[in-house]
Amino acid sequence: MRADPLSAAPAGATTAAPAPAPGPPGPSALSLRGATLRYGSRAVWSDLDLDVAPGEFLAVLGANGSGKTSLLRVLLGQQALATGSATIAGRPVRRGGRGIGYVPQQKGLDPTTPLRARDFVRLGIDGHRWGPWLPSRSATLRVDAALAAVGATGYARTPVGTLSGGEQQRLRIAQALITDPAVLLCDEPLLSLDLHHQQSVSALIDRRRRESGAAVLFVTHDINPVLPYVDRVLYLAAGRFRVGPPEEVMTSAVLSELYGSPVEVVHSGGRLIVVGGAAPSEHPHCGAHDEGRVA
Amino acid sequence: MIRLAVDSPGGILRSIVDFSDYGELLPLVQNSLLAGALLGLVGGLVGVIVLARDLPFAVHGISELSFAGAAAALLLGADVVLGSVVGSIVAAVLLGVMGVRARDRNSAIGVLMPFGLGLGVLFLALYPGRSANKFGLLTGQVVAVDDPQLHWLAGISVVVVLALAVAWRPLLFASLDPEVAAARGVPVRALAPAFMVVLGLAVAMSVQVVGALLVLALLVTPAAAAVRVSASPVLVPVLSVAFALTAMLGGILLALGSRVPISPYVTTVSFLIYLVCRLVGARRLRRARRTPALQPA
Repeated sequence: MRADPLSAAPAGATTAAPAPAPGPPGPSALSLRGATLRYGSRAVWSDLDLDVAPGEFLAVLGANGSGKTSLLRVLLGQQALATGSATIAGRPVRRGGRGIGYVPQQKGLDPTTPLRARDFVRLGIDGHRWGPWLPSRSATLRVDAALAAVGATGYARTPVGTLSGGEQQRLRIAQALITDPAVLLCDEPLLSLDLHHQQSVSALIDRRRRESGAAVLFVTHDINPVLPYVDRVLYLAAGRFRVGPPEEVMTSAVLSELYGSPVEVVHSGGRLIVVGGAAPSEHPHCGAHDEGRVA
Repeated sequence: MIRLAVDSPGGILRSIVDFSDYGELLPLVQNSLLAGALLGLVGGLVGVIVLARDLPFAVHGISELSFAGAAAALLLGADVVLGSVVGSIVAAVLLGVMGVRARDRNSAIGVLMPFGLGLGVLFLALYPGRSANKFGLLTGQVVAVDDPQLHWLAGISVVVVLALAVAWRPLLFASLDPEVAAARGVPVRALAPAFMVVLGLAVAMSVQVVGALLVLALLVTPAAAAVRVSASPVLVPVLSVAFALTAMLGGILLALGSRVPISPYVTTVSFLIYLVCRLVGARRLRRARRTPALQPA
């Protein structure tokens, strides 16, 4: 059995930010139709219909094993759907498709990594191409622009491995957006960043999606750092899902129905805290930012 | 072979460094110098990827199996270079199959390495020929590079350098940031075994000249020195090759006037370069760490 997804029609209109209103008019940046993902006989999620408009900020929430990462793998063309279709900017997803920029979670690069910040960003243009690294004037100009757009010009020539986690995430965003993708896929990009960097990186993603028109798919276990920017939430749980604006999805009633067990959403000091649910604990190392996930 | 003459005071020193008869000796080692230059080029380039993929231990493991292959070839009267190439490739394939994840890989290497070394020792013990050949495989040989061997080395170098030239960017991308590289369409999984084969070839080459025990001095140390002083993706391979060439050719020229095998010279020059780079780089990396804080973010 599956929950029928909430209608997404009025989404975005209720958020304070003047984000482009998602909905039927205009082509979608990202579109899933009747998408079902199976591992063996187990359906991770089924009949998922989703349209994300250009410039829209969609947060993907859910417990461990609810298929958040699998959804990313589907969109990256690394995982095939059992049924249904997935398209990016109107084209079927494929491995290495140019329509997607990907920002993974921060992991420390070795200090002796043989790349400077600007070389790291340039990987986004031609890192996948065969052949040695040749100087290119147009690449240099594009990298300069990308660095300026994320405020990283000051450390353009610094070895990337010696930069802080927040600075490295800025570079990852620049690298992911340098080819003007239709969709920016973020997989827990704030994990292991301190609060200050969480805020500045979230704000940067918000600003860059408005400037570039890229739709943001933001996978996270904690919605709070990005709550001011989120247009809609895709909440995955127990093989079911809900899509809608945060104030419609992140309620005790909706999440209780989704999980099939009592869940309470507590508003505390502008933050959302989800209590209860049948989810196993995830990210045990980051107890400090547990709010917003099912505990 | 390593018999130090202590018949007169200073005899030991002279057996380590002795530049009399240098002019007559030089033509004899022309092949070795050429081999050394090829090796410096290949070792310097491969080393950059070896470090990026965190494979120094694998280099050591492969070199022991390469040694076993060479020793087997010696015993059977087959071509020694061919034997060492076969040993290397077998090791590279085995490591590729046994250990995809770093943890598995390291234990696989730990298991394979002594087995390879043991096999090699067995084959050498059974080999009735000159003992110089035996030691050469482990610790290197300076005048022993003959024409057929040089042709082998040149052929392998061309293959390795071409393969690296084609795959350099995606290989570096896949090594430093596999997830994003995969998302960008780099065939991350296929590149891993492909590079192991290239690495196997480079190791087999090195075993011929510096010996199985000291391959790391050529395939790891120069690149490790280079990344200490630069983070430029162009300068690092250039420096790494320059360091490897200096160690190789310098080592051969120093070894020329002595009765000691070539490897201690190569490893010492290589190590000194690393020490200097580490000192210079310590200042640079500290400064680099401070710089961003001074800039408006």
